[in-house]
Amino acid sequence: MTADTLATLSDQLILAAILLYLAAMVGYALELAFATRPAQVRELVASDGSTITETQEAEPVAWAMRAGRIAVGLTWVGWAANVTATLTRGLAVERWPWGNMYEFVVAMILAAVTVYLFMQLRYPVRFLGAFVSVIAAVGLGFSVRVLYTQAGPVVPALDSYWVAIHVTAAIAASGLFTVGGVAAALYLFRGSRGEGQSRLPALADLERIAHRVIVIGFPIWTFAVISGALWADKAWGRYWNWDPKEVWAFITWVAYAAYLHARATAGWKGKAALIVSLVAFGCLLFNLVGVNIFFGGLHSYADVN
Amino acid sequence: MTLTDEEQKEVTKPVGLGVVGWLRWGWRTLTSMRTALILLFLFALASVPGSVFPQRNVDASLVARYYANDPVKAEWLDRFWLFDVFHSPWFAAIYLLLFLSLVGCVLPRTLAHLKEIRRKPPAAPRNLLRLPHHDEFTADLTIAEAAATLKKRRFRVETGPDWVAAEKGHLRETGNLVFHVALLVLLIAVGAGGLYGYKGNVLVVEGDGFANTVAAYDRYVPGASVSAESLEPFSFKLTDFQATYIGPGHEKVGQPLTFSATLSVKDAPGAAERVVDLRVNEPLDVNGTLTYLIGHGYAPVFKVTDGQGQVAYEGPVPCLTSNTSTYESECVIKVPDARPQQLAFLGRFLPSTLPVGEEWISVFPGAANPTVQVWPFAGDLGLDSGEPQSVYDLSAHKNLKPLGTMTVQPRPLAVGEALDLPGGAGKIEFTGVKEWISLQTTYDPGRMPALVASIAAVLGLVFSLTIRRRRVWVRMKDGRVTVGGLSRTEGSNFTDEFAEIVASLNPRSGVSDDR
Repeated sequence: MTADTLATLSDQLILAAILLYLAAMVGYALELAFATRPAQVRELVASDGSTITETQEAEPVAWAMRAGRIAVGLTWVGWAANVTATLTRGLAVERWPWGNMYEFVVAMILAAVTVYLFMQLRYPVRFLGAFVSVIAAVGLGFSVRVLYTQAGPVVPALDSYWVAIHVTAAIAASGLFTVGGVAAALYLFRGSRGEGQSRLPALADLERIAHRVIVIGFPIWTFAVISGALWADKAWGRYWNWDPKEVWAFITWVAYAAYLHARATAGWKGKAALIVSLVAFGCLLFNLVGVNIFFGGLHSYADVN
Repeated sequence: MTLTDEEQKEVTKPVGLGVVGWLRWGWRTLTSMRTALILLFLFALASVPGSVFPQRNVDASLVARYYANDPVKAEWLDRFWLFDVFHSPWFAAIYLLLFLSLVGCVLPRTLAHLKEIRRKPPAAPRNLLRLPHHDEFTADLTIAEAAATLKKRRFRVETGPDWVAAEKGHLRETGNLVFHVALLVLLIAVGAGGLYGYKGNVLVVEGDGFANTVAAYDRYVPGASVSAESLEPFSFKLTDFQATYIGPGHEKVGQPLTFSATLSVKDAPGAAERVVDLRVNEPLDVNGTLTYLIGHGYAPVFKVTDGQGQVAYEGPVPCLTSNTSTYESECVIKVPDARPQQLAFLGRFLPSTLPVGEEWISVFPGAANPTVQVWPFAGDLGLDSGEPQSVYDLSAHKNLKPLGTMTVQPRPLAVGEALDLPGGAGKIEFTGVKEWISLQTTYDPGRMPALVASIAAVLGLVFSLTIRRRRVWVRMKDGRVTVGGLSRTEGSNFTDEFAEIVASLNPRSGVSDDR
């Protein structure tokens, strides 16, 4: 296949991924809305499908649960489209496919969906799917509508093996933080309603999910910042110069560090700490979108027309 | 990282009397988690203006533009160091307090941790079945066997007459402390680098050379403790510079693809010459002094003959790039040696010229069809007046008069063409095109310590976030084995591992532990 064909294929696969994520979202939403009469949560999780009692409520529950399972399947297919889109883009341009903001956001969405899909293999977190798939569809839509750049080579400063190290780490951490942000937002949204009053899991579970992904994401983000400094040392003759992107990467880092400290401080556990984590996630998003668009500086290679 | 919750409670209690009491209260408050948190928030918040306002250390010309646009506001911003946020006293105050708070926490915790590491695991509690994780089974197990099994699982083990106590996961706190100490070292390394390092910028035209001395730099910024003699004595000549760009037919036509400067370098006077291909991302390294390729532009070559027929100037003139996508550049040529009048020229260099109606524009950054439009002036350059002047600017010269009629778009000269000046004032010939590169040289002795500290910080962080502290006890009485487990890290899942440990202890479980 020629580079042009590959690039076109990549663009089409992104559109397919958006549609698949949207379809998955519908499935997840149906499951969230109808699968569980809130009071019956525990019973259903404990029973094994075969032992569903023949009560009146069992009927809608079964189809809604199936909607949830189908949604997971659709998410996997969307994920495969997303992976292939990134791969074909990389093959078309013969470099790592995260050299501009369009490619970065596509890869970041891919990372977030990957984190969710592998988490739901191990933990009962399918409910996150409804929100992750919305973010994935909106994020990809935004990158296609606003950030899109024709496949092509990058400027000499970006033509370095450090892309593979620094940007990959930033993408992985961003993906994890996105899932953490979803869990934290759900925690606040759910409020302190009792076990039976909400379709979402208990607060403690949401809190644990948020903490777990952030704890994995934080060292990766730290590594991303440090490898960025190493690259800056190679490319610009200084490892840290308070370029706007560096400032906001640092602010994001400090904010997540504050979350981890807040969680270990009496009186800050739970709600307050998670608000801090959401502020940190806001800083991450601002660094991604805001800094490239408002501030410029050495990292202004967003290539947004 | 700071005090534990119990210590925290003491902080909020009313304080003892007297100076010592107040000092202790102050220290405790400063080193409390709450204060550390507030300082972290302030640290993040204080960085924000550093990205909103232009910073002198990042781009001084943007600060100058801010002053030109709104002098009053700029004056006020400057009063609060908002153009030098990261060198401001208030920013320093925040990070110094934060690091003081850190020291106040790391020191006692390090001492406590050292004691803890040397301590034996605590003896088994009487009733293990009251622990959060517990199990019992009947088996023919000896104390030595149980201890060996736990040792294989890398527990520290202590034995009693009928019990085994085991503990692991001290690396969590070790990692935590390493991380925080590494941050302190990092700050010191950054500071030392600023004190003992220097950076300099210089522009070099193809064919010219550079020797690493203070005088050779266009801009030289030394740290407080750098002497001019300590500069690494290397030199080089720029023999060639090549840039490639994306060709027509792509959305991003004209975007640069590669920059490559060929230097012949002498590491020291008298040393053998070596040829270096200097590229972006691949600096020249001479014993830790690094030279980076950070910019490039055009330097058209001119030959100016004055009104008396003498060659008054011949050579390349570096021009400032006014449009980075077409490399249209602005040139200033000053010819103080011209007689009877001094001459000066403004030029617009167009690397790939295309006529559009009565105008000429550049359509591509590569020098495919280079031309230059020239506006001549004559008069007094005032170079003897002692007033500082820029080599890139003519506007300061009030005693220069345009030669002939000025037009907005004079017909450009191609290479080899000359412009005869009106009134027999001489002529200017455009003889060729060279390129210039801008280089930055940095020497920063703090680089390596900062790198080592950063690596230590990441490793420490990974250990402190992934390792869990847990204790296991085994008691034996009349063939009954009871096992108890306790996770000392909040929120961690010890259930699976505890079940595994119990299975590996029980010879009848069929689990062979081959670790």
